[in-house]
Amino acid sequence: MSTIEQEMVHATEGGHHDHHELPFIRKYIFSTDHKMIAKQFMFVSLFFLVIGGLLATMMRWQLGWPSEPMPGGMMLPDAMMAPTPNGAIMLPEFYNSLVTMHGTIMIFFAIMPLLVGLFGNLLIPLQIGAEDMAFPRLNMISFWLAVPAGILMLSSFAVEGGAAGAGWTSYAPLSASGEWTGVYLGQQLWLVSLTILGFSSLVGAVNYITTVINMRAPGMTWFRMPLATWALFVTAILILLAIPVLAGALIMLLFDQTIGTGFFRPEVGGEPLLWQHLFWFFGHPEVYILILPAMGIASEVLSNRARKPIFGYHSMVLAIIGIGFLGWIVWGHHMFMSGMNPLLGTSFMISTMAIAVPSAIKTFNWLATVWKGDLHLDSPMLYALAFVSMFIIGGLSGIFMASTPVDIYIHDTYFIVAHIHYVLFGGSLFAIFAGITFWFPKMFGRMMNETLNKVHFGLTIVLYNLVFWPMHNLGLQGMMRRIYDFTQYEYLAPLQPMNQFISISVFLLVAAQSVYAFNFFWSIFRGEKASNNPWDSNTLEWTVPSPPPHGNFPEMPVVYRGPYEYSSPESETDFYPQTTPPPSKPPVQALIPEPVTPTPEGF
Amino acid sequence: MNWSWMLPPSFSTVSGDIDGIYMVILWITGIAFFITEGLLFYFIFKYRHKEGRKATYDHGSTKMEIAWTMVPLVIVLWIGAVSKGVWDTIKVDVPAAGLEVIVTGKQFEWTVTYPGPDGALGTSDDFETLNELHAPVDEAVVITLRSEDVLHSFFLPEMRIKQDAVPGQDITVWFEAIQPGDYTIGCAELCGIGHTTMGGTLTVYTAADFQAWSSSQAQQQQP
Repeated sequence: MSTIEQEMVHATEGGHHDHHELPFIRKYIFSTDHKMIAKQFMFVSLFFLVIGGLLATMMRWQLGWPSEPMPGGMMLPDAMMAPTPNGAIMLPEFYNSLVTMHGTIMIFFAIMPLLVGLFGNLLIPLQIGAEDMAFPRLNMISFWLAVPAGILMLSSFAVEGGAAGAGWTSYAPLSASGEWTGVYLGQQLWLVSLTILGFSSLVGAVNYITTVINMRAPGMTWFRMPLATWALFVTAILILLAIPVLAGALIMLLFDQTIGTGFFRPEVGGEPLLWQHLFWFFGHPEVYILILPAMGIASEVLSNRARKPIFGYHSMVLAIIGIGFLGWIVWGHHMFMSGMNPLLGTSFMISTMAIAVPSAIKTFNWLATVWKGDLHLDSPMLYALAFVSMFIIGGLSGIFMASTPVDIYIHDTYFIVAHIHYVLFGGSLFAIFAGITFWFPKMFGRMMNETLNKVHFGLTIVLYNLVFWPMHNLGLQGMMRRIYDFTQYEYLAPLQPMNQFISISVFLLVAAQSVYAFNFFWSIFRGEKASNNPWDSNTLEWTVPSPPPHGNFPEMPVVYRGPYEYSSPESETDFYPQTTPPPSKPPVQALIPEPVTPTPEGF
Repeated sequence: MNWSWMLPPSFSTVSGDIDGIYMVILWITGIAFFITEGLLFYFIFKYRHKEGRKATYDHGSTKMEIAWTMVPLVIVLWIGAVSKGVWDTIKVDVPAAGLEVIVTGKQFEWTVTYPGPDGALGTSDDFETLNELHAPVDEAVVITLRSEDVLHSFFLPEMRIKQDAVPGQDITVWFEAIQPGDYTIGCAELCGIGHTTMGGTLTVYTAADFQAWSSSQAQQQQP
């Protein structure tokens, strides 16, 4: 897009480029700078990640030692833990809330805002050569909507009846009336919180889409954009189209709970399956929202650390688009056992089988990127490689549940829980670790401690697999999900040792995260100072200081090539930044694919 | 601790088919797993940075893209096609009932209604059991599944049967056991505080034993 359009952005922002010092509250609290907003999302999300982990830890106590007094349990209120002479035993209603809130908080308040709020905000303007997002004030609003949503969600633990307890999927009729769960206000707070968070995501998506379409620097054509930006762009489109469906469903359910409507309540003519259709029509694109940015991050790190172009860049873009598109027509695979027409089961099975293909394409391209590379196995690379390895497992396990007859047995068992966590933790969270470590210097001007990260990586990859791999086995043995005390089932009682094994591994896994947390905070203040481009990367964010100044680029960048020109014969070093002008007399004319003279229009 | 990826034993006419598809998928995904993870670890080891190593400047290969698009696509569609056959057998081709019952889920128990000596449901000689399903072997048991309150899910793990019970709907689910014995009934959909207590027993009898049980139940529950 043209220089003139960029100047219009300057003009409308008015005073945006006065370099007077902003007051503390405008710089750090109500900031319109995408880099600060990215950090705000990051800190808040990491906090919720810890909360989500603590909730899981408590769940795992109950699963490892069913109905035995929990250490520290006496500190919790009687509504959650029943006091006995030997200590406090978890109540089933609290267990159901833990299950619900662990999923809700991890998905909506940790993974999604880390991938979209942090990396979307941090990377999009910098990687396309823009000075900020298209709508910086709207960006600020996006963050400040997420905060009250989070406060409401946490506060629901403290109200009478406790926090929502109908699962993160909140199926009706269980969720539609407090008489079924004993949870009234908690369920309503859950709905209101997510509706507000939905607005936060929506305005964010509008911003990201507009920015990518309109604010790419000269020479930054669509097919010169880094894959991280591509992934975030497609993710934003998914958010734009899926969140309104969720919001509608949430409001309908809130009305069912509070003002007597009958959308989902059969006693007044409603249809429980309608909730499932609406929720999963949102919910399936949602899981691609949770993985696509992770895939984009992995591509950036793998290519850079292998010193090698991404293999099959165009296919990778098409695969991102393919996943985004196909993600709309598979939602019924969450409903194979719901009682819907079996013909729908077949059609959704076919589309679900098909969506395995673009993910497979991406996996093969990552393997081919690493093949014959020059692999620098530092911590971002280790996390990114772990992403690929764990994503393979999560993706392959999905094929079992995509098959309708097999799903009859494994639906609502721990096999599903294993799959979810291999893609969300093994996939998304490892990519988040890779991304935070990789872009840490750009955010804070300092490097994280590499040794501590390697220790964290080693502990996490081992313990994580000790936790989630055996869940496949538990599911195959028939252990259901969301079950307070599986030993009530005689055929499941032999699974107690494995559940204990998993629980102990969880406690160790959670403890091991303190290494990353310590490293993160310590490095902000004491990390080794970082140069502009500590990873010898090609993309635009590494051409500016670490951290970049307000406005990012002192001059409009001009882009001459794609983002993955590593080990190019045209460069003396093993990287070739996108904005480095080619030599005026190219050594071999035939090697240069782009025109030597860049045009301002770019597209 | 059972680390096996083999399914536990199953005892219905369709469970062999289901377990068979599972094994097919296990083989295919297992081979894919070992190849891809093997290559990944091999590449990490072989191409790790060493002094003087240079990466190969290679942007891709259209031939490979086509290959690794088409091969997975054919494989997964084939799995889908084979799965559809079994799915239709279970869901569409509901056999004529040897025994018809109504199973009603509610917080937190299963009530099973049997037709009684007249062989018809909905008449005055129907009788009920609580959290127990009694059935004859080698006969199709066709269940009308209901819920009185919230979603439950009727799960017979050893028969490889699972069906959500939806309030406001009558949903048909069936099985035919191939061996007498005691089996598990479970609830596989979070249904509230007592979800964990909705277990029960499926007892499969020989035909004669089932007759005997059924008659004595009917007599006991005469109004």
